[in-house]
Amino acid sequence: MHRIGVFVCHCGTNIAATVDVKAVAEAVREETGVVFSADYQYMCSEAGQTLVQDTIREQRLTGVVVCSCSPRMHEATFRKAAAKAGLNSYMVEIANIREQCSWIHKDMVSGTEKAIILARAAIAKVMLNTPLTPGKTPVTKRALVIGGGIAGIQTALDIAEAGFDVDIVEKQPTIGGKMTQIDKTFPTLDCASCILTPKMVDCAQNEKIHIYSYSEVESVTGFVGNFTAKIKRKARFVDEKKCTGCGECVEKCPMKKVPNEFNLGLDNRKAIYIPFAQAVPKVATIDANYCLMKKNGKCGLCSKVCGAGAINYDQQDEIIEEKYGAIVAATGYNPIKIDKFDEFAYSQSPDVITSLELERLMNAAGPSNGTLVRPSYLSKQDDHEAHPKTIVFVQCVGSRSTECRKGSKEYCSKICCMYTAKHAMLIREKYPDTDVYVFYIDVRTPGKLFDEFYRRAVEQYGVHYIKGMVGKVSPRADGKLDVQGSDLISNEQLHVTADLVVLATAIEPDKTARSIGTMLTASMDTNDFFTEAHPKLRPVESPTAGVFLSGVCQGPKDIPETVTQASACAAKVVGLLVKDELTGNPCVAHSDELMCNGCSACEKVCPYGAITYSDKEFRQPDRTVAIRRVASVNPAVCQGCGACTVACPSGAMDLNGFSNSQIMAEVDAVCR
Amino acid sequence: MDRKEEILLISGVNVRKCMRCGKCSGTCPNYDEMEYHPHQFVYMVESGNIEPLLKSESLYKCLSCFACVERCPRDVEPAKIIEAVRLSAIRQKGANHIKAENVPELIDEDTPQQLLMSVFRKYSK
Amino acid sequence: MVYSYFPGCTLKSKATELDRKARLCAAALGFELEEIENWQCCGGVYPMAKDEIATKLSSVRALADAKAHDRPLLTLCSACHNVIKQVNNDMLKDADIRTRANNYLQLDEPYGGETKVVHYLEVLRDEVGFDALKKAVKNPLKGRKVAAYYGCLLLRPGAVMAMDDPENPSIMEDLIKAMGADPVVYPQRNECCGGYLSLDDKEAVAKRRNKIVKSAADFGCDCIITACPLCMYNLAKNDCDVPVLYFTELLAQALGVE
Repeated sequence: MHRIGVFVCHCGTNIAATVDVKAVAEAVREETGVVFSADYQYMCSEAGQTLVQDTIREQRLTGVVVCSCSPRMHEATFRKAAAKAGLNSYMVEIANIREQCSWIHKDMVSGTEKAIILARAAIAKVMLNTPLTPGKTPVTKRALVIGGGIAGIQTALDIAEAGFDVDIVEKQPTIGGKMTQIDKTFPTLDCASCILTPKMVDCAQNEKIHIYSYSEVESVTGFVGNFTAKIKRKARFVDEKKCTGCGECVEKCPMKKVPNEFNLGLDNRKAIYIPFAQAVPKVATIDANYCLMKKNGKCGLCSKVCGAGAINYDQQDEIIEEKYGAIVAATGYNPIKIDKFDEFAYSQSPDVITSLELERLMNAAGPSNGTLVRPSYLSKQDDHEAHPKTIVFVQCVGSRSTECRKGSKEYCSKICCMYTAKHAMLIREKYPDTDVYVFYIDVRTPGKLFDEFYRRAVEQYGVHYIKGMVGKVSPRADGKLDVQGSDLISNEQLHVTADLVVLATAIEPDKTARSIGTMLTASMDTNDFFTEAHPKLRPVESPTAGVFLSGVCQGPKDIPETVTQASACAAKVVGLLVKDELTGNPCVAHSDELMCNGCSACEKVCPYGAITYSDKEFRQPDRTVAIRRVASVNPAVCQGCGACTVACPSGAMDLNGFSNSQIMAEVDAVCR
Repeated sequence: MDRKEEILLISGVNVRKCMRCGKCSGTCPNYDEMEYHPHQFVYMVESGNIEPLLKSESLYKCLSCFACVERCPRDVEPAKIIEAVRLSAIRQKGANHIKAENVPELIDEDTPQQLLMSVFRKYSK
Repeated sequence: MVYSYFPGCTLKSKATELDRKARLCAAALGFELEEIENWQCCGGVYPMAKDEIATKLSSVRALADAKAHDRPLLTLCSACHNVIKQVNNDMLKDADIRTRANNYLQLDEPYGGETKVVHYLEVLRDEVGFDALKKAVKNPLKGRKVAAYYGCLLLRPGAVMAMDDPENPSIMEDLIKAMGADPVVYPQRNECCGGYLSLDDKEAVAKRRNKIVKSAADFGCDCIITACPLCMYNLAKNDCDVPVLYFTELLAQALGVE
């Protein structure tokens, strides 16, 4: 005999403004099996939960229906409350009368009508619920961090600090990421390398951390606590264990004309290279696209000079497999390509550069050894004066734009206002004879000591901030750049003759993020940023259990924010790894072996590899024994997505908590 | 229908998309010939302050070169707003900016037909 | 390949050289221009107003005629090209304009933007190919420094015209290379010549002219080429004494078809 209690939540006015909650409670009171029905202002509050618990005890309820917000929000809350009152958690159903009803309807009549229908469907379902008991799975006490920039480094260091093993997989030959290319950091102007490289060294020396550099994650299987990752260690044709990083090979390599990605192509490197002096691991890598030995078998100089015998031209890619309890995405960002914004003449003049290129031009380890020179002078395209006397910064290049241009981004890239203030200030500090203009739409400086920093650029350093936008940059025959833009305050069109134009280029998630997201079944937004489990309350977790987010892969952020988030992410990872076992989800699929015809349809659609087939003996009606091939589900691997139940032609596959009969009962109730 | 509505209808432009960056006026090749500039056309139409625009010679200075349309980061199409304000002005009785009888003194032997066609399309109803 | 050809008003009067040489070059390069019967002037400027269709009808008639012959519609004058391509885009994408234009015209078959509109330059690049064109050159323009002037009409709006990168185009530079000359790239090549302002604000146009021609001259060009009779009119008499030619005039020289 069913004894169902229905609890209708007002959610303040979120529901009650569009749904007549009392009418809903009234309407369902007469439903078969319902013995109690009530409404309350905030059902998720302590008082609301107590009401549910007291009713369970007093009315000896066998099932509970809560008409409230999405089950993603509070299903767990009410399941826990019911369990405390002695009712099996899985005897609770949620009718979503907020997201699926009050928030999308405008008038009370249709809102109320729909809420009643949704409540009836949930009642029909709960009548067929059976108590379920979750299983337990062990946790592999090791974390994988994908991406070795400052985000990945900080997360790894914090996880290791808590005593867990952690692997960093970095696709470049060294860890460090974008921060290695940055000269100084705002708002304190300390040298980026000076604060980053000790952390890189810490990673290398920490025995809990293992760095897989020049490596990529190939595939990930499994589930929270029990992931298996395949990592491809790309052949660098240098034995990491033997290489001492002495640089003799680099010195002798005759192939000098390889664009140096570390300096963004502003100078060249050799075919065998160490990206920069503080690289971790400090190991050489051969670029097979340029190496003469790899291309035509003629050279071998690096091998001859290597005292350690580390060069191995025959090295192959290697795949290693490792188990992890948690995975962190820390895949970072890149500036967008700006060749489709050529009103700024980036592809027409070497003296129009991106802000990241300016970082390299100002860095002591950069192509000009820290002396700010015009790139066209650097590349010897002209012999005009080396030092740029007038510099124009253009803000929001590609950011805050509708999809009218290929590659443009609708979001604010967030970091540009501050780094431009930094660049402008550093230039005025080092070269006081330089005129610096910044064309801006808005100056956005929310952050501790940020606005003060920007004001210092204006007031102390005399940087000319112009409210307006550059419309066209014209490279002239004499090497100068005509910058035409608007000055909205004086309502004039300005023409600045500049020697250097710096574009604050929008940033976007690294191109690999999308494929890694697919591998991890972690959801992403339309901009390819990873989505949080909750934008406010669970900002460092992906909705996919066991997957965590660190750094810009979740959204644009500066270094202080990245480090904050990286540590928060580590705390969440540690919170998972510290558990010996995890309570599983009992809402998994199971196969009725008597009905299974062995067709393999379910196995083919299962995204988790949870279904296997085996031959079993069955007694036939005529008492003979036949051997049939039947499906079985590994409940520890099954995530309860239900794909198999839909694919199964014979109806043998069914999902606990979402059985075919329960769903049909809901449909019947809706159609009644 | 008031003037603003008429202009929005003729132009098909959603002026609310403007984020006030001023790039249209930064890019306009004929900026210095105009009393009101492209960004002002967008802003003044949005705020309903249209009379000054209707009376301004700026209406006849826009080259319809589409530089502002091409380079606007918010896809606002300022040139279409200017054209709509101009049409709203010249569609009034006796408001043609160029009259046929004045044309002979303005042309020379090389004047292409294309120029006359364009002028009548742009400046007269 | 046969193209339905829309010459436009000026090519029949002041810009006969643009037209005549284009026909000679087409014959030499193996494509045919068949002039549309009873074509009417495109109006010179693209009518942006959403609430009128009369100003778009001549373009629609030409487009429908090309469709009836199952041929692409080729134009030569930048203005005709801009107007017809934009109107075609309206007929394809704007249901309101399409319905009203068809309701008025009562064509045998309603027109919905089916015709492909191509510029002569696009045919040279995409059909003939600049490599083949290079082989057909009889008098390479060796040592000539030629500045291409695109103006606004060939390129913008980029999403509709879709001929080339509106900020950094290359189609005419590639043509110049194919003819054996050296292209001169200068920043003002895609900025407006002053257009229709030259009837009643000759001073403003003079400023535009000087800026554009000086920019090209600074980079050492010995001539400027254009596809537009109005650009030609506005740029021709310049203070720098840089000659301005139709691109077909230079092409005819190179192909030796004069």
